[in-house]
Amino acid sequence: MSGLLIYLVILLITAFLAPMLISRAGKAAPWLLGMVSASGFAYLLGFAGFISKGNTLNYTIEWLPELYLNFSLYLDGLSLFFALMVTGMGALVLVFSGNYMKPYAMKHRFFFLILLFEFAMLALVLSGNLITLFIFWELTSVSSFLLVGFYHEKPEARNAALQALLITVAGGLAMMAGFIMLGQIAGTLEINQLLKSGDLIRNHPHYLPVLLLILAGAFTKSAQFPFHFWLPGAMQAPSPVSAYLHSATMVKAGIYLLMRLSPVMGGTPEWKYILTITGAVTMILGGYFAYSQTDFKKVLAYTTISALGTLVLMLGIDTDISIKAAIIFLLVHALYKGALFMIAGLIDKSAGTRDLRKIGGLGKVMPTASLAAIISLLSMAGLPPMIGFIGKELIYEAKFALPDIGNLLLVAGVLTNVIMVAISLALIFNLFLGPLKYPGEKPKRPAFALRIGPTLLAGISLIFGLFPARVADLLLSPAIKSIRPTIDSLKLSLWHGFNEVLLVSFITVAAGITLFLLYRRVNPVLTKFNNEVITFRFADAFNKGLDMFLHLTKKKTSFIQSGYQRFYLMAIFIMTSLLAWYQLIYTWPDIENISFSKPGIYEILILILIVSSTLIAVSVKSRLAAILSLGGVGYGIGLLFVIYGAIDVAITLMLAETLVLVLFMVVVYHLPKFTNFSSNASRLRDAAIALLVGGFMTGLVLKAGQLNLNPKISDFYVENAIPLAHGSNIVNVILVDFRALDTLGEITVLVIAAIGVVALLKLKTKKGSAT
Amino acid sequence: MKSYIVQLAAARLLPVTLILSMLVFYRGHNDPGGGFIGGLMASAGFIFYAMAFDTREAEKKLRVSPLMLIVAGLSFAFISTLPSLFAGNPFFTGEWVSLSIPLLGKLKLGTPLLFDFGVYLTVWGVIVTIIFNVMEE
Repeated sequence: MSGLLIYLVILLITAFLAPMLISRAGKAAPWLLGMVSASGFAYLLGFAGFISKGNTLNYTIEWLPELYLNFSLYLDGLSLFFALMVTGMGALVLVFSGNYMKPYAMKHRFFFLILLFEFAMLALVLSGNLITLFIFWELTSVSSFLLVGFYHEKPEARNAALQALLITVAGGLAMMAGFIMLGQIAGTLEINQLLKSGDLIRNHPHYLPVLLLILAGAFTKSAQFPFHFWLPGAMQAPSPVSAYLHSATMVKAGIYLLMRLSPVMGGTPEWKYILTITGAVTMILGGYFAYSQTDFKKVLAYTTISALGTLVLMLGIDTDISIKAAIIFLLVHALYKGALFMIAGLIDKSAGTRDLRKIGGLGKVMPTASLAAIISLLSMAGLPPMIGFIGKELIYEAKFALPDIGNLLLVAGVLTNVIMVAISLALIFNLFLGPLKYPGEKPKRPAFALRIGPTLLAGISLIFGLFPARVADLLLSPAIKSIRPTIDSLKLSLWHGFNEVLLVSFITVAAGITLFLLYRRVNPVLTKFNNEVITFRFADAFNKGLDMFLHLTKKKTSFIQSGYQRFYLMAIFIMTSLLAWYQLIYTWPDIENISFSKPGIYEILILILIVSSTLIAVSVKSRLAAILSLGGVGYGIGLLFVIYGAIDVAITLMLAETLVLVLFMVVVYHLPKFTNFSSNASRLRDAAIALLVGGFMTGLVLKAGQLNLNPKISDFYVENAIPLAHGSNIVNVILVDFRALDTLGEITVLVIAAIGVVALLKLKTKKGSAT
Repeated sequence: MKSYIVQLAAARLLPVTLILSMLVFYRGHNDPGGGFIGGLMASAGFIFYAMAFDTREAEKKLRVSPLMLIVAGLSFAFISTLPSLFAGNPFFTGEWVSLSIPLLGKLKLGTPLLFDFGVYLTVWGVIVTIIFNVMEE
């Protein structure tokens, strides 16, 4: 089992080595990287037989089992299915990127990031613990952020990247809260154990909040309405990224999570209604907006949103047939959408634009790629003999089988599919068939490395459509069974017989063709309608909200952060002493009853030294004198420690006092003389604060003497210093052995403070300001 | 305020402070002292030197950049936590070895000593960094 872990580590190392490989191995490098990914695919495929017999694999490294935190990997039909998509698509995309990214100077970084993403995504679907899953979930968000903003010199790309990151990470945080609550309820975060405690979780009073939090994560990641808008924005990414992250894998992470948790949280009315409604709305809106886009990638982005909506809808319907439909459609969509995104990139590369109004008839210059595109588009339209047809038929069947709202959903589904058919036909006939049209130079025939990915994917779409049974047995059935073990095996075939589903399919296709024929007439009207009537843009609203939030924080910060150190000190002193006083007043009687022993002559002398130094410090008119007398206070306290036998503390205090004095002197040396003294009012205020703080410290010290810790902590150290730590200086033994972790933390803080001081001083000298 | 007497004193005192700080550091395990105090003493010597001459001279005398002291110190402190993991004990357990050296008798060496040395170097480096930077202003 740990073979999976080894492969993950290999993938991570490959990611870090990729930049070097790209510069050393040149042309061969993307192929080599693709091989690494493909070998993962082959390795995982080797598990297919084992998993399809109903076995699962589990591998756990304990981390903090008390908090249910483990690093776990879990392989069953569902994770295998996703893992194969991640590695398989990864291999094709890497090869594709090799050619696509050639002209870019930053291609080293690109390959690092995309491999890092592949690692994170694979680890996400293989995670056997929800917190492990969460960590890799966030890692995919981060790598997506960096990839969307890959053309970082473009402000739109940076903006889109930030938007995608904020939305997915916000959802991710909500999801983490949901996971933690889930862990509290079930007493475990291990997926294989959670799968058994579905009833406990569904009947828990906190079920709804947990569900909502987790759905927030899944919906933001999978671009569900109303969070869908980051996905079209993310089209700023290079095309291979869109093909890989934003159609085939990362946006499916939310779907994966829903499928994963469906046996744990699914089946309740809340689950059904939320998922069904969100999914249906997303499905229709995505289809509608896709129709009026002119950028090929934007069309694909909105159809992806629509497809994700369909998937959520299927999971919401939550019947045997709908879950089957969801798994098939997932595969269908990854195949055709991955291919189409790569073709969009390839067209962009050879024709210089993706604007659908400017290009057409590309079949004449790129026959292979166009054939692949047409096959993929037919699959998207759900036409036979593509696997897309099987997927769509099952989706219809699932909606038919639903009693009450089924008809409504069926209408919504038909409408969406009509649009899909129309879009597919429009793309086929305008973009690939028909007269050749291009804005600039004549498009060149794309390179082999660019063609291989889409061609393979389209070929698989066709082969799976013609011979679906074998795939169903080996991959799809186990995936479905891990969502719902009771389900009967999947029987797929292209020909279902003549029934009502087929009839609806005919209607869909006929309506789609009609819509396509009206394309030229309907589209301008729709575009106009969209631009003028629907002025509300989600992305803009989000940005506006973000600006308002930033404005608010700026105001808040400038209110709290005055920039004057004395106000910070005052705030700290007043708050601390007030909080302490609140406690002290309750226990004051204890303190009053203390009996003091008579002070000796040394104590009295030291006391006089301290008090007189203090008085001098507050009354002199020279900084130097004030600092020196403050030093007197410090040394006086040091002497007290000497008398009471705390030699280590005394030495440390003396040395620290000396160094602080030196530091003060150095600073004072540069300062001008006092010009104006503080007013009487502010001196009075400072005196009050000083009394408050001094009083609470006194009370605290007196109180400390009264505390009876049983058994005494110091006794433990006295007894164990020599046997356990081989040292007789208890103070030092505590510092370097018993509480060494604290010391390590403290010296780290010291270092950070030093870096801070250096940074502040260097910054100032650079700016050349005198204040 | 360049005074020859102060300069002479600082130059003569520097090695003494350093040796003393090492001694204080080493005896720390059984008698008053330790890495923190030792580090403070070592930096005091250099700060006195920097006041008598200037920070550039003091940095030259230090030979390595104060930053390197910090890096080395933190690294030692961190490395000292690792042997316990190899010995199969919980993180940070003190591991000791006893060496018998002819003439000197038994010498006990342990990871806490290495850790304390890390503290010594870190404190030294941090204090010197901060004060030198402020003095340069």
